[in-house]
Amino acid sequence: MRPPITGLPRRRPIPRFRIAAALAVGLALLTACSGAKVGGTAGGTVAGGSPATKTACGTLSLADNPWVGYEADVAVVGYLAHTKLGCNVRVQHITEQVSWQGFQSGQVQAILENWGHQDLKKQYIDTTHVAQDAGPDGLQGVIGWYVPPWMAQKYPDITNWQNLNKYAALFKTSESGSKGQLLDGDPSYVTNDAALVTNLKLNYKVVEGGSETALIQSFRSAQQNKTPLLAYFYSPQWFLNEVPLVKVNLPPYTPGCDAVAAKVACDYPAYQLDKIVSTSFANSGSPAYTLIKNFTWTNADQNTVAKYIAVDKLSDDAAATKFFAANPQLEAAWLAGTGVS
Amino acid sequence: MAAAVSYATIPRRVGRPTLVAAIVVVWIALFTVFRGRNTLSLAASQVTPLHTWLNQLNTSVGTNRDTNPLFVYFFNEIQVGVTRLVTIVQALISQPALGRPLPLIGWLGVVAIATLVALAFGNGRVALLTLVGFVFLGLQGLWQESMDTLALTLVAVLLSLAIGIPLGIWAGLSQRFHGLVTPVLDVMQVMPTFVYLAPLTLLFLIGPAAATIATLIYAMPPVIRLTAHGIRSVPIETLEAAESLGSTRLQALRKVMLPMAKRTIVIGINQTIMAALAMVTIAALVAAPGLGQTVVQALESQDVGTAFNAGLAIVILAIVMDRVTTAASVRVEAGYRAAAAPGGAARARRPLLAVASVLAGVAVYVSYTYEVAAQFPSHLTVGAHQFSLDVGSRIISGTTTATAWAQRDLHGLTSWITNTVSYQALNPLQRLLDDSPWWVSFAAIVAIALVVGSWRAAAVAAGCLTVITGTGLWQDSMDTLAATLLAALAVLLLGVVVGVWMGRSSRVDGVLRPLLDAGQTMPAFVYLVPFVALFAASRFTGVMAAIVYAAPVAIKIVADGIRGVSPTTVEAARAAGSNSWQVITKVQLPMSVRTLALAANQGLIYVLAMVVVGGLVGGGALGFDVVAGFSQISLFGKGLAAGAAIVMLGIVLDRITQAAARRADAGAHTYQVG
Repeated sequence: MRPPITGLPRRRPIPRFRIAAALAVGLALLTACSGAKVGGTAGGTVAGGSPATKTACGTLSLADNPWVGYEADVAVVGYLAHTKLGCNVRVQHITEQVSWQGFQSGQVQAILENWGHQDLKKQYIDTTHVAQDAGPDGLQGVIGWYVPPWMAQKYPDITNWQNLNKYAALFKTSESGSKGQLLDGDPSYVTNDAALVTNLKLNYKVVEGGSETALIQSFRSAQQNKTPLLAYFYSPQWFLNEVPLVKVNLPPYTPGCDAVAAKVACDYPAYQLDKIVSTSFANSGSPAYTLIKNFTWTNADQNTVAKYIAVDKLSDDAAATKFFAANPQLEAAWLAGTGVS
Repeated sequence: MAAAVSYATIPRRVGRPTLVAAIVVVWIALFTVFRGRNTLSLAASQVTPLHTWLNQLNTSVGTNRDTNPLFVYFFNEIQVGVTRLVTIVQALISQPALGRPLPLIGWLGVVAIATLVALAFGNGRVALLTLVGFVFLGLQGLWQESMDTLALTLVAVLLSLAIGIPLGIWAGLSQRFHGLVTPVLDVMQVMPTFVYLAPLTLLFLIGPAAATIATLIYAMPPVIRLTAHGIRSVPIETLEAAESLGSTRLQALRKVMLPMAKRTIVIGINQTIMAALAMVTIAALVAAPGLGQTVVQALESQDVGTAFNAGLAIVILAIVMDRVTTAASVRVEAGYRAAAAPGGAARARRPLLAVASVLAGVAVYVSYTYEVAAQFPSHLTVGAHQFSLDVGSRIISGTTTATAWAQRDLHGLTSWITNTVSYQALNPLQRLLDDSPWWVSFAAIVAIALVVGSWRAAAVAAGCLTVITGTGLWQDSMDTLAATLLAALAVLLLGVVVGVWMGRSSRVDGVLRPLLDAGQTMPAFVYLVPFVALFAASRFTGVMAAIVYAAPVAIKIVADGIRGVSPTTVEAARAAGSNSWQVITKVQLPMSVRTLALAANQGLIYVLAMVVVGGLVGGGALGFDVVAGFSQISLFGKGLAAGAAIVMLGIVLDRITQAAARRADAGAHTYQVG
C-alpha cells in the first residue's frame, strides 16, 4: 500500500489539463477531417469471420492443444476449412483433458492429434458415446529416452541401455541424490520410466521436470553448455529440428511386454496418433468432417509446418499457404469428397 | 484464545529460541536413529483408494452433466449469464460487435474513459499515469489482447464485489458467520487454481464463464476479508453513541459503519483487482481470451520475448489499477475527514470533471466513428514522414537478446548457486523432514507450533497434519514444506534488508516500488524458461520463482513498518548519539517486530501460492502432483488431494506465524497495516 500522497496541489492540474484538452480536441478534429470511417468501404479492416454466404459448413470448432506440432495440424486444416469450405473456424486453445470435456458441450468438434489417452477414450467414446474415432492422422508418435547430440558423439555406446549404468555418475545432479538423473517432462503422458529404471536395474532416479517447456529448455542448455542430460522425449516435435536429440535404445518393444505396468522392462511402443471428433459433428454432414476424416500426413510434413511457425515466426495462415504451395497433392487429397476442388 | 494469551504472558526462564533449538536437536537425534522408516512415501504414478474415489466422482459428474437438474437449472444458467456479461463488455471494448468489424468503443474512447475514471476517483497524477499506461498497451501491439483481458477482469471484479461486499458486511456484523467463512476463504485463496480448473470446465464449459469463475474464486476473498475488517474496526463507542441517538441497526450500518469502513473496503477492492490480474495466464488454459493466450502460446516455442511483452502489458494494467484504487482510497479518507467542514476542494473539482466528461464523450464518439481512433494505428503519418508506433517488436528483440546472453554467460555462476543451495541447505532440510518417521516430524512440528505460536496454533497444526496423512501424500508434503521454508526464509531476509532500505528513503522507495509491482504481477510463466536455463529443472528453480513472487510483499510490509515507527523516537535515538546501524537494529526493527511477523506470514502464504508453478519446473512433490492431476484424468484425485495438502500446510504456517505475531504485538506498540 502506498503511503498517502499528501499536499496534493488542487489547483495546478486544471491549466495542465486544459492544454491536454486542447490537444485532444485538435486531434479529434484532425481525425474527423481525414480519417476513414469504421465499416466504411474505404477502410479495409476486416477482422476474422467470413460472411454467412456459404452456410454448408457453419462453424468448425477445433481444439488446439499446447504444442507447436498440434498448432501445425490446426494451421493446415483450419486454412482449408476457412478458405475452401467457407467454415467459420473457431480455435480453442486448451489442454488435452479439457478438450475431451468440450465434446460433450459441443464446444470442441475435433481433436487432430490425440496421443493415446485410453482412459479418456473409455469414458467419452465407449461409455457416453459423445465422441468417436476419426482414424489415424498419419503421425507416428515415438516416445523414449534421449541424450543431446554432443553426448552421442563423445560416448557412442551410450545409446545402448546396457551401458547406461557405466555413465550414471555423469548424470548426477542436485535432484538425484547419489544416482544418475533421468528427467521426465510433461505429465500429460503416462510414463513407465520409474518401473523401467527398477526393472532394468539402472542406477538412476526419475526426476519430474513438470512441463514440456522445462524439458526443451533443459535439452537446449545441455547441448549449448555441453552438460550431460538423459531425458524422456518424443517425436514429432519441432525442437528436434533445432537440436537432433539421439534416442537411447531400450530392450525392443514386443506386443504385450507392457501389459503389467509395474513389470515393464521394454521400450515404448510406436503410437499411431489419431483424430477424435464429437459424435454430433460426425453425423452433421458437414464438409469439414470429410476434410478432417481425410486429413493425414507425415512427421516430416508436420515438422516442416511447425518450423515455419516456431522458428520462422510465420502466422498459421502464412505457414499453411507456404506448405500447400509445395504440396498441392495433399490439398487435393484432403479436399476429396467435400464438393470443393 | 484465552489460553493463548495466558500462555504468552507467563514469564519464562528458558527462552523460546532455546526451546526451538532443543526440539530440533531431539528431532535430529530421532532422525539419525529411525531414518527411512515409516516415511509414508508414495511414488509419482501411485494412487491411494481415496484418490481413485475422487477420480470416479469426477467421471460421474462429467457423465451426468446433461441430465442432472442441478446442472440444467443452476450451473447452466450461471454459465449463460456470465458469458453474456463478458460478451457485452467485449463488444464494447475488444471484439467486433453488431456487424461492425471493430468493437463499439475504439482505443481513443477507452483511453479517454479510463483517464476520466482515474481523474474522478483518484487525482490528476494517476489520470496521467492511466493515459500513458493505456497508450503504451497500444504501442506494444497488444491493444485487443489487453482489452480482452480488461473485459474479463472487469466482469470478474464486478461480480466479486457484488457478492463479496455484502458477505463481508455480514461477516463484519456476525461473529458466527465470520468464524464460518474464514476457513472457506483460506481454502479459496490457498487451493491451487490448477486443482479446480478442469472440474470448473465440467460445470461451466470451456471459455469465458469458467475463466471468470476461476478468477472470482481466487479474487473474492480479499474484499470479503477487508470489508469485514473495516466494519469490525469501527469503535464500539461510536456505535453505542449512534444507538443511543435512536438509530436502528440498518441506519447505524448505513450512516456510521459503512462510511467509516469505506477506506478499508477500497483497499479490499484494490487487492481483489490485483488477484484477478494474477489469474490472467492460468485462465488462458481454459480458453479465456486475452494476454494470457499470448503468453501461453509464445511459450510453446520458448519465445520468451513475446511472452515478456505480453507479461509487461499485464504489469502495466496492474500498476495503473493499483495506483488508481490507492488514490481512490486516499480520496475517500480525505473526503471522510473533510465531510464535517464543507470543503472547497470538492467543489473546485466539479468544472474540471465536467470538462473531462465532455472530452471523453467526444473521444468515444470519434473512436466509434473513425478508424484511426478505433483501431490502434501501427504508424503515424505526418506530412511525408512515417513514424513507426511499434514498440512491441523492440521489447521482444531486446528481451530475446538479454535472455540469450544470460543463458550463455551466466550459466557457470548460476549452476554453482543451484548446487550450493541444494546440497548445503535444501537437501539436509528435506531429508530431516521427509526421511524421519512421520510421527517424529509430526510431533516436532506440533511442538514448534506450541513454542513459537500458541496452544491453539499447536492444536490446529496437529489437526491439519492429521488431514495430510489422510491424503496419502505425507512425504510429498514434507518435501514441499522444506522448499517452502527455505524460500520463505530468503523472502524474510530480503524483506528485512530491502524493506529497511526502502523504509528509510523515499527515493529508494520510488525506484524500487514499480520493480516490486512487476515481480508480483508478471506472470511466472514468462520467467520460467530463462530460470530453467539458468538454474536447471530443479527444486531450486521453484524456490527462485517463489522468491520473485513473494519477496515484494514482504519488502513492502517491512518498509511500511519502518516508516510507521514514530519520527520523534528515531530523532530521540539520534540525539542520544546512535548511529544509523544502531537506529535500525535498536529502534526501528524492534519497534516494528509485529510487522516482521506479518511479513513472515504473508511471505509464507505467497510462497505457498507458487508451489504449483514450482511443480512445472522440477519442483516435484505436491506441486507436481497438482500439475499431473490437471493433465491426466487418472491422477485427478491425487491432484485434488495434493491441493488439499497444500491448503493444510498453508493453514498450519498461517496460524503459527499469526500467533507469533499476536504475541509480538502484546509487547510492542500497535501498528496496523491494511
